[in-house]
Amino acid sequence: MNTGDGGGAASAASTSGANGSADAAAPRRNSKRPKYSRFTQQELPACKPILTPQWVISAFAVVSIVFVPIGVASLLASRDVVEIVDRYESVCVPANMTNDKVAYIQNPNISKTCTRTLTVRLLGSLVPKHMNQPIYVYYQLDNFYQNHRRYVKSRNDGQLRSKDKANDTSGCDPEDKSGNAPIVPCGLIAWSLFNDTYQFTINRASLNVNKKGISWKSDREHKFGKNVLPKNFQSGPLKGGATLDPNISLSEQEDLIVWMRTAALPTFRKLWGKIEVDLEANQTITVTIENNYNTYSFSGKKKLVLSTASWLGGKNDFLGVAYLTVGGLCFFLAMAFTVIYLVKPRKLGDPSYLSWNRNPGGH
Amino acid sequence: MAGRRGRAGIRFSELYSFSCARSQDDAGGPPQAGRGYSREVHCNEPAAASRLGYPDNRVSTTKYTAVNLVPKSLFEQFRRVANVFFLVVACVSFSPLAPYRAVSVLLPLVVVVGATMAKEAVEDWRRKQQDVEVNNRKVKVYVDHTYHQTEWKKLRVGDVVMVEKDEFFPADLLLLSSSYEDGICYVETMNLDGETNLKLKQCLEVTMMSHEVHSLRKFKSLIRCEDPNENLYTFTGTMYHEGSQYSLSPKQLLLRDSKLRNTDYVIGVVVFTGHDTKVMQNATSPPSKRSGIERKMDKIIYALFCVLILIASIGSVFFGIETKNDIKDGVSKRWYLRPDDASELFDPKRAFLASFFHFFTGLMLYGCLIPISLYISIEIVKVVQSTFINQDQEMYYEETDKPARARTSNLNEELGQVDTILSDKTGTLTCNSMEFVRCSIGGVAYGDAVTEETIGKRLVEGPDLQNPCFAQQHIRSWDFIKFVKGFNFSDERLMSGQWVKEPHSDVIQKFFQVLAICHTVVPEVKNTTGKILYEAESPDEAAFVIAAREFGFEFYERTQSSISLHEFDPRIGGKVDRKYKLLNILEFSSARKRMSIIVRNEEGQLLLLCKGADSVMFDRLAEAGRAFEMETREHVNRYSEAGLRTLVVAYRELTEEEYNMWNEVFSKAKSLVSDNRDEMMDAAADGIEQKLTLIGVTAVEDKLQNGVPECIEKLVQAGIKIWVLTGDKMETAINIGFSCNLLWKEMKLIVITLDKPAVNALEKQGDKESIAKAISEDIERQICEAKAEVSLARGSVAFGLVIDGKSLNFVLMSNLEKSFLELATGCASVICCRASPKQKALVTRMVKRGTKRTTLAVGDGANDVGMLQEADIGVGISGVEGMQAVMSSDFAIAQFRYLERLLLVHGHWCYRRIAAMICYFFYKNIIFGFTLFWFEAHASFSGQPAYNDWYIAFYNVAFTSLPVIALGVFDKDVSASICLKYPLLHQDGVRNILFSWSRILGWMFNGFCGSILIFYLTTNAIFNQAFWKHGNVAGSELLGVTIPCCFQNIITSFKERIQKARLNIRPDSTDFCKVGWLSSDDPANEKPRLAFKRSHRIC
Repeated sequence: MNTGDGGGAASAASTSGANGSADAAAPRRNSKRPKYSRFTQQELPACKPILTPQWVISAFAVVSIVFVPIGVASLLASRDVVEIVDRYESVCVPANMTNDKVAYIQNPNISKTCTRTLTVRLLGSLVPKHMNQPIYVYYQLDNFYQNHRRYVKSRNDGQLRSKDKANDTSGCDPEDKSGNAPIVPCGLIAWSLFNDTYQFTINRASLNVNKKGISWKSDREHKFGKNVLPKNFQSGPLKGGATLDPNISLSEQEDLIVWMRTAALPTFRKLWGKIEVDLEANQTITVTIENNYNTYSFSGKKKLVLSTASWLGGKNDFLGVAYLTVGGLCFFLAMAFTVIYLVKPRKLGDPSYLSWNRNPGGH
Repeated sequence: MAGRRGRAGIRFSELYSFSCARSQDDAGGPPQAGRGYSREVHCNEPAAASRLGYPDNRVSTTKYTAVNLVPKSLFEQFRRVANVFFLVVACVSFSPLAPYRAVSVLLPLVVVVGATMAKEAVEDWRRKQQDVEVNNRKVKVYVDHTYHQTEWKKLRVGDVVMVEKDEFFPADLLLLSSSYEDGICYVETMNLDGETNLKLKQCLEVTMMSHEVHSLRKFKSLIRCEDPNENLYTFTGTMYHEGSQYSLSPKQLLLRDSKLRNTDYVIGVVVFTGHDTKVMQNATSPPSKRSGIERKMDKIIYALFCVLILIASIGSVFFGIETKNDIKDGVSKRWYLRPDDASELFDPKRAFLASFFHFFTGLMLYGCLIPISLYISIEIVKVVQSTFINQDQEMYYEETDKPARARTSNLNEELGQVDTILSDKTGTLTCNSMEFVRCSIGGVAYGDAVTEETIGKRLVEGPDLQNPCFAQQHIRSWDFIKFVKGFNFSDERLMSGQWVKEPHSDVIQKFFQVLAICHTVVPEVKNTTGKILYEAESPDEAAFVIAAREFGFEFYERTQSSISLHEFDPRIGGKVDRKYKLLNILEFSSARKRMSIIVRNEEGQLLLLCKGADSVMFDRLAEAGRAFEMETREHVNRYSEAGLRTLVVAYRELTEEEYNMWNEVFSKAKSLVSDNRDEMMDAAADGIEQKLTLIGVTAVEDKLQNGVPECIEKLVQAGIKIWVLTGDKMETAINIGFSCNLLWKEMKLIVITLDKPAVNALEKQGDKESIAKAISEDIERQICEAKAEVSLARGSVAFGLVIDGKSLNFVLMSNLEKSFLELATGCASVICCRASPKQKALVTRMVKRGTKRTTLAVGDGANDVGMLQEADIGVGISGVEGMQAVMSSDFAIAQFRYLERLLLVHGHWCYRRIAAMICYFFYKNIIFGFTLFWFEAHASFSGQPAYNDWYIAFYNVAFTSLPVIALGVFDKDVSASICLKYPLLHQDGVRNILFSWSRILGWMFNGFCGSILIFYLTTNAIFNQAFWKHGNVAGSELLGVTIPCCFQNIITSFKERIQKARLNIRPDSTDFCKVGWLSSDDPANEKPRLAFKRSHRIC
């Protein structure tokens, strides 16, 4: 803009009069001119990527180059894992009781022992597979809502942590007190503790399962007290799940600790133990199951899972597939854009593509 | 000039000019008592004030007091529906219904409300500080026969105070006397109306001598006057002093916050105190306007409420069903939940009740759909954006030391959506600094200076002079050696005393005398140089006095009753001092369109000197005075075609009897203390302004401001329609239109006017109704014809529409509005001439309502206030005219040309930022809310939140607030220079592309898809197998960390992509992930990819 000609000067002219001199001097001393800073003038350095074909194509290419190997690696890791899954809740019901499974499970006089044989091979196929130790033993429940609000809230962390708060059963309703005596650990979660047990034998030799170290270390050390002993547990009229040895402190009751870490979804696995020897391919394992836990009331499934673990954890192809899909898609897009770019190039910044030029009638 | 000067001039001149204040011993009739005139002021008896219940002089401009701050600001805040919702939720959250701890809702609410309250408190504290400072200023009060220093706040009505030079008046005072013998004083009303010129006040003669301390002792009188009101320019009252009545006028009133200048001291009696003072009565909050985007945002929030209610009901229905199924035939299904022993919230036997309660749980759970911190975030962003506008160096005007000011911050984004600009002309497009360029005296035209318009025309042909400013400078430099401000006249026949040799030298002399005498300018002699400076209310008058001086008639002194000139006398052939006795001033008003002055010259001759608009003046000429009428009329037309403002100059010689008779009537009218005093005075004045003798015509040029043509061209290129609403004559308006690129040569002009012989003839006869009917039919026909023409051209030619005030009146009154608007929207530019302030506001309203698009009004004077307040955005030009326009505007700029940057750069950015930011806000909240919902679907809708309470609590106010604010502050799609280079970018905002429903729903849909992707990718990736090599499986806690991590990453990376600013504020995301030790799980990387790709496709 032009400045300093008559126009500018004249605008302050005719009324100036007495203020003329003051005006001339004042701005110098005490000017209201905005101070310069890159922030206020909105001149901060910024990168403004323009989506040119080259840029887009190379971005897609880079993504696919990064993602495909990750996907392959995850998939390989997942494929390395050997997993044996055995669903047993219905087969363990005696043939004459299949019509009323609930009666079966609730009848204490019927033996719940059930024997299953597993073969060490790849899941769903007949390919024998070697399993390296450690082999993790999980139980998997289906349709069990450990994430139900009533269930999740029904515990008292203070009581679990410290002995002094043994009487604090707030929030544990309805499993808070047995008569008038407070239950330790109180609440629905502890009450419904899983109580199936497994015994593994290979060629009649029993297989040792390590039940130590199956819970989170932080849980053992901080959340469950070393000197908190179970009290009045499962002494009510209605027995839920497992009982606890009242002489062992909660921090050592690892099955309870694992169970108390509630699952997020209604289908979940929980670690039951570790087998610390290798299993040979095609070996046959006999499992003696004490099928105590009632999942028949709500038609839940029970599964026994033996699995090794890779650096990526257990067997799950999903991650690898997802990475491969996205990587592949990006690769495809990169190729497609390259072809389009080569076959039918478009001028960059052509205003005729702007929305208001394209359809002049308004949008 | 008439219509123009009407704006501020009218009122001010009523107040401040020198109507000869002869003593009014007998005020005509008793003043009306009762309502409206009940105030009693007992001078020197302040005790009476408390008896009458008048407040003291303490002022408080604060909104809150220490006591009511909390309740009042809470009340203000809980008028927002979102806040009320959260308050209710917070209350309910203490009950067992709550899915999470109360803190999760309470904390964000407290943070948001607390932050807003803190902001209010800080602002109010600043006001309070100011008040305290003002209240404790010192003033001298007359107590016990001497003056004491007292604080302002202790003043009471009736106190007599002494104010010294350059001090502010502490209250509204009635001037009793001053250090000058004749009881005058000068005041500066900068703080009231922004005018820097001095105004003269004068006391009554009876009180003139009461400045002595001893005479004040026995000064006792009663003043009855009007009640406190907000009108700065009126004051009526009566003083009862020593048995007589004297009428009071605004001339005796010294307003609070104005300043005493050029006077050693004044003594006055306090009339209005504190909040009764006129300036305080005037202090109204600026009109609160809301931007279209914000109104739409409210709708979105309501829509979200609906979504919230919908998903909460879905949840509760499913929950009810599942709960009912928990017990079948007395057998518990999910026995681990103990359905047989449940409270009413989970009781299968009362499943309906449980479902009902669950609805509220659901409302709370999905409450995060409603962005609680949206309002405060937007406020923060807008304040920063306003700072950007205020701090923009490109919009700082060096000459007047004025930066741009965003007076309200809630319309920033609206700047980017402006579709129509309604602009005032004078002072807005032009500088409002007048230059005397032409004159016609005795039928002969003088003056050949180059005017801006002719330069403009020359430019069309001459490509070498690209820039009119440059051209102007160029021409100036060789045309004039000595450049005098306000004077751009060159004609050898008149300059340097040569006029004596002209044929009508006596007429020429009269002409110059009128220029030098007939005005209300105050001369001020500079002590240092001896040079005389003129203080004029209007730049026109200054130009006349300066012109007269250049011609040899130097006005150098004005007293209460005389005007003195250094005058060139052709008979002597040298300069003589002449003193004219000033008898009356008949002030200028927009209705009268003329001013006159009655003087007695040294020969004892009584003269009425008059200048005014041609429309009124030619009718008032005597038969004998029409000697040059033909030529003069032609010159008037020629000048106005050249875009000049013309005034007709005439005089009349009065006889003693005529004058005395008239003066009696006039004095009577003047001493009336009633509402119709002004009308009576006008009628009286009308009686003598007759039988005039024509002398000539003056033509002054109002120069275009710098850069106006370029700016208008840019704005037109940006697709903005520009309407100019001016009080000028049609010819002038059209010419200005051409010179500022509003109209161009190839354009086809449509003129709708009633200034046609047929209409004029029609007006002379017939009754009013039939005339009105005929006229509206005529206009309708004109509009229809024009519309046909426009539709025929079908965009091949640009059209310009010109309409005059009279036609406009009919258009606005009758049902032609719609068809006129249709016509106007078909035209590239519209000029309304001869428009009154009210019409300006009405036109603005018509455009705003008719087009439903954003309108922006820009103006600089008091007559634009209505227009500025009516428009969606009012932009005030802080120019020469004073501050009224700025005071009622939303944005203030110093020059019209800054409008370009304000709209195309700041408007564009602000619009983009706010639109993107709001969408972003909804996006992130929808992602958050819906992941919760998906989780619920897997938790039998029991209302268990997927995340940690603290995460919910901090999600809106901490974890995701900075990225959104950063987007609102930093996002810049293109640089300022690109915005200016491609003005069409502005259409983004006009068409509201970034905030259309499709765009908003697109964002929301994006959020919805995002939530599905996040939830299912995450759950599938981490369940059910062991998630690391140590064999443990992930529990709900891990899910509660992983999902937030994901969308934290996505949301912040979205920001990065959109924002493109390098300032990378994302501590929240990474920190949170570190806390959740599972640093950036794989799916978290995956999701941005997908989102990225999607947005790619959208782009």
